[in-house]
Amino acid sequence: MTTETTESTAEPVLALSHISKRFGPIVANDDISIALGRGELLALLGENGAGKTTLMSILFGHYTPDAGTVRVDGVELPHGRPRAAIKAGVGMVHQHFSLAPNLTVLENVMTGTEPLWSLRSRKGAARRKLAAIAERFGLSVDPDARLGDLSVGEQQRVEILKALYNDARILILDEPTAVLTNIEAERLFRTLREMARQGLSLIFISHKLDEVMAAADRIVVLRGGRVAAERRAAETNKAELAELMVGHRVTRPTRAPAEPGATVFQASRLTVSSGGVERLKAIDFFLREGETLGIIGVSGNGQTTLSQLMGGLAAPSGGEMRLFGEPVAALDVDDLVQAGVGRIPEDRHRQGAIGEMAIWENAVLERIRQPLFSRRGIVNRSAGQAFAATIIEEFDVRGGTPTSRTRLLSGGNMQKLILGRNLYRRPRILIAAQPTRGLDEGAVAAVHARILEARQAGTAVLLISEDLDEVMGLADRIQAIVKGRLSAPIAAEDADPRRLGLMMSGDWAAGEGNTGEGHPHAS
Amino acid sequence: MSAILDIVASAGLWAAVLRIATPLIFGTLGALLSERSGVLNLGIEGIMTFGAMVGWLAVFNGADLWTGMLVAAASGALFGLVHAGMTVSLGLSQHVTGLGITLFASSLSYYIFRLTVPLASTPPTVTPFQPIAVPGLSDLPFVGPALFTQTLPTYLSIAIALLLAYVVYRTPLGLALRMSGENPHAAEAQGVDPIRVRYGAIMAGSALMAMGGAFLTLSAFNSFFPTMVQGRGWICIALVVFASWRPGRALFGALLFAFFDAFQLRLQTVLGDVPYQIFLMMPYILSIAALAVMARRARVPQALMQPYRRGER
Repeated sequence: MTTETTESTAEPVLALSHISKRFGPIVANDDISIALGRGELLALLGENGAGKTTLMSILFGHYTPDAGTVRVDGVELPHGRPRAAIKAGVGMVHQHFSLAPNLTVLENVMTGTEPLWSLRSRKGAARRKLAAIAERFGLSVDPDARLGDLSVGEQQRVEILKALYNDARILILDEPTAVLTNIEAERLFRTLREMARQGLSLIFISHKLDEVMAAADRIVVLRGGRVAAERRAAETNKAELAELMVGHRVTRPTRAPAEPGATVFQASRLTVSSGGVERLKAIDFFLREGETLGIIGVSGNGQTTLSQLMGGLAAPSGGEMRLFGEPVAALDVDDLVQAGVGRIPEDRHRQGAIGEMAIWENAVLERIRQPLFSRRGIVNRSAGQAFAATIIEEFDVRGGTPTSRTRLLSGGNMQKLILGRNLYRRPRILIAAQPTRGLDEGAVAAVHARILEARQAGTAVLLISEDLDEVMGLADRIQAIVKGRLSAPIAAEDADPRRLGLMMSGDWAAGEGNTGEGHPHAS
Repeated sequence: MSAILDIVASAGLWAAVLRIATPLIFGTLGALLSERSGVLNLGIEGIMTFGAMVGWLAVFNGADLWTGMLVAAASGALFGLVHAGMTVSLGLSQHVTGLGITLFASSLSYYIFRLTVPLASTPPTVTPFQPIAVPGLSDLPFVGPALFTQTLPTYLSIAIALLLAYVVYRTPLGLALRMSGENPHAAEAQGVDPIRVRYGAIMAGSALMAMGGAFLTLSAFNSFFPTMVQGRGWICIALVVFASWRPGRALFGALLFAFFDAFQLRLQTVLGDVPYQIFLMMPYILSIAALAVMARRARVPQALMQPYRRGER
């Protein structure tokens, strides 16, 4: 304290010292110490369950730690008091926004900023202050817009503005890019850099290596509730960070060359409309046994409709489909299950599993009417639970028993449960829509290994993904989806990020068009 | 047709509209206040009954009329406290707790009434609030007798509606109230205590409900009988939805319902050959129709009926 220094990072603005927190038998944080300097952009990197969010909740006063202190400018904050954290200048941007969709932007920002019993709200003054902040950091948003009418990116801007309005000097962002598109994420990081340049101190939580490397000054890696390492961004690389984060070297599974068999599904000039809009326009593709077709594209180009079509939730308005050589007008959910088509839906929480139901119930849900699991309308619970236990065992689903509620599973484990439910019967076709979205590295590797294994065993896989690495790692043939149209397939050997990038931007559409060439005849 | 026009053109109809609307205004505002904070209060029917009983009983035992209203309000707040304790602190089902309070408060009202007032062939009465002619305004032709010769609680109910509209939309307290009903986690993160806000809103709302009940015994009639609330509480719950949770519209909705009611009463005398039950149905059918139109655009408080527990998401 006594040493004079011009070095801005000399005294930490924020210091977390020896923080520990356990929930029952689970140690979420174990003796964690982190210091944040003025004007610094620090990344807190870790897998799901590494204790990142718990740590930030302690910092912000949502949780009371079992041990340790939080100091802002050398002054200790009382535990469990969000208000004290706000007053000290700490602002938090939650992953799930703390906003009210029915209120206006201004109202969301103003809540709690005035004495409760004032006879009137000073909206004019608030409006001017908000405009000044928005101007300073380039965070423009209409103060009178109803929050629910804004895009997710704009809502996040409101969340940041809210913290700044409370005079936050330290900003914590919990997985800020989880809900953003790539363009929105880039814009966010530009804003964060600008805020750091203007003297704010920021911590952002992430499990994405790319953005951590690209944006942060310094990176603290958490693993199993402890600080595993601390690196300056300039002195590390993605491979090292991945290893530190997971605790061992990450190897993406290698694959043997495909030996495609019979064509099991073929779509010709298929068009699907919903809400009066053609979501898919005369698309052509086919699936073969023992081969993976990857559909790559930027989100919102028709992927959702494609996975709904293949999952039996949408019917085509034009074109032809052949399932196992037989022409079908539409895919029916029941028939798909009977025929051995496994489906991994895009949104595992809403379509993949029912959170409030037990794991075993989710495991047998698709097949509940089959004699194995029910007879004369009576469910065979023990058979269902035994089946769930097998899946938990074989697919390494952690954090639950057959009878525990499914929503208690982490995203990765829930996905493994859904995978297990589908792959256990060796499906002839597997539809995997964004199968690793939001999962951490360990879970991604597990899911990839399973999908490769299925393809090796002869399953025809349709992989719909936005992740270049994933598609290049898993697919044997690749088609790009752009504005509801599919490009002609290219072989995986011919794919590189640059070429795929061009395909995803719709370059093919100008020249080649959607010719659907190279189709084999259905066997 | 001209008979119908005569009814609408009579000052008596409009005076009756305000009179009939008053308990609905109190009750609807009370339910609205509670729901804006995120808690449904189906105790309203019972709380109104209890307010009617206890307000009347206080006056019957010598208190003045305003003390009677105050006693009713206090009893309402007490039931509100019970409801808040169960639904906010313990996070129990708001439906079940509310219905439980309705059953309990209704029965308790009759029990206390029977215990303290001797059985008689004609029910004992008190001297109710008298109509006050607003100086100047009451002399206006038509409008005067129609709108400005009401009892004080009627004027009070309208004043409260306007006050509430101001508080909800123009004060930090109103914003805290709305935020608690929309997203209590956000409220907490901004330093507003949604639990205290909910307690306050439920208790204040229940006090208003009880005052609506007391209006029945201290102004509209002059005696108490156990079935006198007659489903007005449930009408109020529907009116809150009709009003899209806005105090100004709640006032309008209550007046509209009261208009249907007053209108059908007079229509009965004109169209004598139609069974009177048809007329009795009319305000309810029209309310359902209005509700069907209005409720589609209603913005429900997002956290309505969701218990809030600190630290849980």
